Amino acid sequence: MDFSLSKEHEMLREMYRAFAENEVRPVAAEIDEQERFPVELVKKLGRYGMLGIPFPKKYGGAGGDMLAYAMCVEEMGKVCGTTAVIVSAHTSLCCAPIYENGTEAQKEKYLPKLCSGEWIGAFGLTEPDAGTDASGQQTTAVLEGDHYVLNGTKIFITNAGYADVYIIFAMTDKSKGTRGISAFIVEKVFPGFSVGKEERKMGIRASSTRELIFDNCVVPKENLLGKDGRGFSIAMKTLDGGRIGIGAQALGLGEGAVEETIKYVKERKQFGKRISEFQNTQFQLADMHTRMKAAQYLVYAAAMKKQAHMDAEACGGKAEGYSIDASMAKLFASEAASDVTRRAVQLFGGYGYMREYPVERLMRDAKITEIYEGTSEVQRMVISANLGVN
Amino acid sequence: MKIIVCVKQVPDTSGKVAVNPDGTLNRASMPTITNPDDMNAVEAALKLKDETGCKVIVISMGPAPAAKMLRELIAMGADEGVLVSGREFGGSDTYATSQILAAAIHKIGLDKDDIVLCGRQAIDGDTAQVGPQIAEKLGIPQVTYCAELKKTGGTLTVRRMLEDGYMTVKVKTPCLITCIKELNAPRYMSVAGIFECNQKSVAVFDYEALKDEPLIDATTIGLKGSPTNIFKSFTPPPKGVGMMLEGADKADCEKLAGMLAAKHII
Amino acid sequence: MSYNSMDIGAFKDVWVFCEQREGKLMPTDFELISEGRKLADELGVQLCGLLLGDGVECLCRELAGYGADKIILCEHPKLATYTTDAYAKVVCDAIREYKPEVFLIGASTIGRDLGPRCAARLHTGLCADCTHLDVGVGKYLEFLRENSTLDVAGMAVDENDRNLKMTRPAFGGHLMASIICPRFRPAMATVRPGVMRKAPFCEEKADAVEIVRAKVELSDADIQTEVVEVVKAARKIVDLVGAEYVVSVGRGIGKNTELGLRLAEELAAELGGVVGGSRAVIDSGWLSADHQVGQTGKTVHPKVYVALGISGAIQHKAGMQDSECVIAVNKNPNAPIFEIADYGICGDLFKVTPMLTEAIRKLRGEKARTVLACD
Repeated sequence: MDFSLSKEHEMLREMYRAFAENEVRPVAAEIDEQERFPVELVKKLGRYGMLGIPFPKKYGGAGGDMLAYAMCVEEMGKVCGTTAVIVSAHTSLCCAPIYENGTEAQKEKYLPKLCSGEWIGAFGLTEPDAGTDASGQQTTAVLEGDHYVLNGTKIFITNAGYADVYIIFAMTDKSKGTRGISAFIVEKVFPGFSVGKEERKMGIRASSTRELIFDNCVVPKENLLGKDGRGFSIAMKTLDGGRIGIGAQALGLGEGAVEETIKYVKERKQFGKRISEFQNTQFQLADMHTRMKAAQYLVYAAAMKKQAHMDAEACGGKAEGYSIDASMAKLFASEAASDVTRRAVQLFGGYGYMREYPVERLMRDAKITEIYEGTSEVQRMVISANLGVN
Repeated sequence: MKIIVCVKQVPDTSGKVAVNPDGTLNRASMPTITNPDDMNAVEAALKLKDETGCKVIVISMGPAPAAKMLRELIAMGADEGVLVSGREFGGSDTYATSQILAAAIHKIGLDKDDIVLCGRQAIDGDTAQVGPQIAEKLGIPQVTYCAELKKTGGTLTVRRMLEDGYMTVKVKTPCLITCIKELNAPRYMSVAGIFECNQKSVAVFDYEALKDEPLIDATTIGLKGSPTNIFKSFTPPPKGVGMMLEGADKADCEKLAGMLAAKHII
Repeated sequence: MSYNSMDIGAFKDVWVFCEQREGKLMPTDFELISEGRKLADELGVQLCGLLLGDGVECLCRELAGYGADKIILCEHPKLATYTTDAYAKVVCDAIREYKPEVFLIGASTIGRDLGPRCAARLHTGLCADCTHLDVGVGKYLEFLRENSTLDVAGMAVDENDRNLKMTRPAFGGHLMASIICPRFRPAMATVRPGVMRKAPFCEEKADAVEIVRAKVELSDADIQTEVVEVVKAARKIVDLVGAEYVVSVGRGIGKNTELGLRLAEELAAELGGVVGGSRAVIDSGWLSADHQVGQTGKTVHPKVYVALGISGAIQHKAGMQDSECVIAVNKNPNAPIFEIADYGICGDLFKVTPMLTEAIRKLRGEKARTVLACD
């Protein structure tokens, strides 16, 4: 087992860092404060290939891999949880299901514009009565000639309003339960599609989180993603991938907090000495760093497993599952991030609670990583089921 | 049409600068970066590439690890890299360096519509001499301190900065331009560029590769061939603790101004 | 041609390139003439000014007044405005003809364009942006004793060494190097403006000026660039992050913010820098957010950072502590800013700032005065 990164991945880290420092950090506090979706930043991410990292060049992707993608989300997360989740939701929840389940025509139509950042992507599964239990979908899709008609409401949709393309799940046959759920590629311009109220959140406040409303929304038949009735399986597989992204986001948030804290404790003086000289500070930081390093290994391992899975599928070989790896990575990284950012605020003392320093923002941003794309409890269910404990 | 950009890998002096007890720079302890002004030259070349589709070649003289920097510039969008590296070239001053780089550029070939771009100066030596000296050795015109660059056919229009204003200068290709940071904001590497940069060519020109070039003369390159030598290098006395000027009066202010001037910082 | 830069014995005299723009001499010319005078005396040779232009003979007397024995005057319509090609050709032709052993050029944006081009053509060494010049070994050692950490007493030196020792900062001033050019002539240096001390003007010396008109051969074919226009404009002040001089104000200006800001701006203008502020100043709306230095603002590392009425909270220090030189003005002698200041003035910023601005203006004025124009 080799724990060193390739030359390319080392270079990527440098590039992501430079971008995050120069482009993201200067606006991170401001967009959080104003709860403003950073459109201009998204364009820049697209320009440098960060919105299509693991997809082949022939679809407009950067020709990279899942590790490269996870590292991008991680580095953005170090300075801004919002930017990290925009990249993650766009890539894992919209581009990936199209790439993995789409027809050639769908891939050619959607991926180049998504990968370049001309279009932003989103994913709509959650409903008011179908959260953790996603099987309880109420949104319906009825085939009428050459199109489907969708009716229903999705909530808490990341990137909603700014996204041009949505992966939407709806019941095509209620009698079949989860096997009656199908997936659709919905463009924001389709008749009957609209965006509802904007949520006011605790963290990732510059990320857009809104309702989607389908009122006799007309979706062309060719926009069915995957086979009819395969929607639930597509959703679950997509979320497996998404969890790697959220794990990476949490990883970045925690690491960012550790970096900020190390800088601060070397400067701040109390009782006539730098607070880095107190053993409590030293031990806290040792634990914080260790937790994040462990999270990094889990996230990277899950990313590499998904990559191996994609490579195997691409050449028709036997593809090994990565569901448990993704769940472990997300569970551990998100809980570590919440813990580590909270401890960072504590080490900063009063200043840590003030918005002048970024650690309170990192702490607020970290909490959501334990909740979205499957709560920590869901991850425990997935992991234990994989262990055969049910 | 092609653009050859001369770049240098330098220690990052913006952070802490480490000096050995003997007064030389402790390079090993400092991270290296691509010289900032050179990045502006690279960006200018890539902008022209975006407009015209021309080829961009990045060239650097330095030790083997500088190849990594060339790969990074390829990941930004340059097409090829050339690393000029050899024991014989070590210790070159600006005269010898420009002679070697001019020879390397001559070997690559400079056509009628080609451009050579350099950064104004490198942050390690701050000499600003290698660009003009390459131009002289190649026998092409130079325009230095370029803050704005436009290409119309075979003519470049350059805003050449002066202390108290600027000149607008027209020059025909082939020519050499040195770039300052006001010219542009360098782009980042792209993800795709990073995944491709190791497939692109970085040629190494050593002494063997260049020895038949007319500009290469064993007696005018390297430490021995350099017209200038370092007589002594040293560190200024360490910065003492801060000085308090208790009077806070006119005399104090004049004293302070005098001290700043004596240290050449105003 | 008989010119050979390695035939060291054939070279003598110290030359100074006298830069003129639009018929006006540059202040650095007088500094270099004054410094060149000292070097020429040590070497026992003549000091010559090399003046290029069109209709600039009237400048010769002024140059001589600061110490030049002789002015080599090169006049031609094509020399009215600087072009690298025309100037390099005429300078190199003159050097080949008269063979000076030392050639000094002001390190202006023009001097640093011309110098390297000529050195490359003449096959000789050039040292950039020098801040100190010596010939005699004794004087050089004296300089080292004061300005270096070297053990001068135990240093083995050749007492008869007459090479020009050209000292310059490298790595942003963290390191100094003395450069020599032992095998070639002329030994060339560009010299940082404002560093050398200008000698008093001497009327007798000015009256005794000897003008040597050099033959100038220039044709259109010699000049490959075309200067379309020369525009005088205040240099675009760079943003905080790239600025070499930053004058920041803090809560201390609260008593009279308008005056406080104006005083800061005046000082910044005199230094050629920009105005910044602490968070308190930005939060109070006295300055816009893009001026903020510190944790939530920008991180700067200028040559000089002047903190006016800034206490120096940890958040502020985070944004400026890597400045090369910190000057703090504060009423409170216990303000933490003084802990990291190179120079501290404990006093009222409203009184101290104008005095400091005036002191710097006066100092610079002395350097810049007596720029003579031709009618």
